[in-house]
Amino acid sequence: MGVGDPVGMEVAHVSASGMGGMRTAGDLVARMQISRSMKIKEAKEYVANKLGISVQDIADPIVMGELRQDLNIGTVAPFVGGARGIEAKLRIAELLGIEINCVNKFRDKVK
Amino acid sequence: MQKIYTRMGDGSGVELSESELKRDLEEGTKDAAERAKVSPLSQDELAYLFDVYSDPARFVGVDHGNEVIFSYDNGSYKSKEDLTEIPLYGVQEAQVYEKFLGADILDLGQIDYSFKPVKAIATFEQQALEYALLVTTVPMFYGAQPNLGSYTQPDGPCANPMELLPQGKIAEARAAQEEMMEHAVRDMVYVGSAMYESGADGLNFDTVGAAGDIDFLATLRAIEILKKKYPQMAMMVGMAGEFVLGMHGEVTYDGVRLAGLYPHKQIALAEKAGATIFGPAVNINTDKSCAWNAARAITFVKACVEVSHIPVHANMGMGLCGIPMADCPPVDAVSRASKAMVEITRLDGL
Repeated sequence: MGVGDPVGMEVAHVSASGMGGMRTAGDLVARMQISRSMKIKEAKEYVANKLGISVQDIADPIVMGELRQDLNIGTVAPFVGGARGIEAKLRIAELLGIEINCVNKFRDKVK
Repeated sequence: MQKIYTRMGDGSGVELSESELKRDLEEGTKDAAERAKVSPLSQDELAYLFDVYSDPARFVGVDHGNEVIFSYDNGSYKSKEDLTEIPLYGVQEAQVYEKFLGADILDLGQIDYSFKPVKAIATFEQQALEYALLVTTVPMFYGAQPNLGSYTQPDGPCANPMELLPQGKIAEARAAQEEMMEHAVRDMVYVGSAMYESGADGLNFDTVGAAGDIDFLATLRAIEILKKKYPQMAMMVGMAGEFVLGMHGEVTYDGVRLAGLYPHKQIALAEKAGATIFGPAVNINTDKSCAWNAARAITFVKACVEVSHIPVHANMGMGLCGIPMADCPPVDAVSRASKAMVEITRLDGL
């Protein structure tokens, strides 16, 4: 997506056709696209399988909000003691079975 | 007969009859099919588009299950300098995109959003990126444009092809472009390496081909080098327009002449070079209706998706792929283009 008024562009686009990032499993599906060049159908099925829920539910903010909290993989409104940022990404790498560049670098730093 | 309220490509409202809307859709797809030598949309697809564009609802959306991934370019300074003058630091804006705007993939970049100026301040950008990666969860790219125009005199070291061409100095203009490409490839590899070493998930090459075929070639070569250096590095290629301008006219990649390529041919070369995500761009015609523009853009993008082996994220920012060319694009027009593009082309993201 490109330049534009966030209200007329980003909000409208995301509301019309977006997964919603951390509100759902959008970031997890995106990770499969960028780490393995998976097309959307394959990426969604991969993530749904890893999460043990249906493909439709991975785009549901209520289902995913609870699941993200249970799995401690980062939520829009972080709970006390919950994983944030790089901590959440450490868990996401393990959950999806993928390499995340900044996670690898973080691990190297804290060895 | 009841009129249908829709929009022109500049966002202004217009009322069309049913037959006028149908004619616009048919002419839009025909224009794209003839230019790119691809199949026009089917009668069923045109009927679907008619339903979307004649729907009286202010806002429309995809069916449950058809949601796609959203990546961004120019996503970390849009509020501050570009538009609203809200004094947000780039990392803060990335966090706003992550938490408030539902971004699936974030993008960090600097105000000029070109590789050349980033080279001089790469360490500061790396510092911002490293901090951003600690505090965000969704994937993060570093983004910039090849912008080969920035390498011409008086701002850059190379003769300006745009001054040489009108003088009939074709060979000199081509030589200048080839020199620009060498500089640009070095800068893209330098910046890309720095950002990947700092932890970025990948690099976003934005507005590729803006300076023509040599701009596209420079990007493909940079991707090739970076992919050899960092096999796991994700690389997103977002184009500048629907076909590659032949400013040089003779350059090739993998034996294919770059000038005049449409999205379904562009993506094959991007894949060959090592791109991870491809973003076709189809410019809007402000004198035509949004329906005409959407039918035309969807025809190009559908052909691109059909031959793709990597995810396709269409560029649907202001003035592209059926989105009006206006500072505040009306949500009725954006939501219609968004839904129609996703559900007809079955692409992977926007």
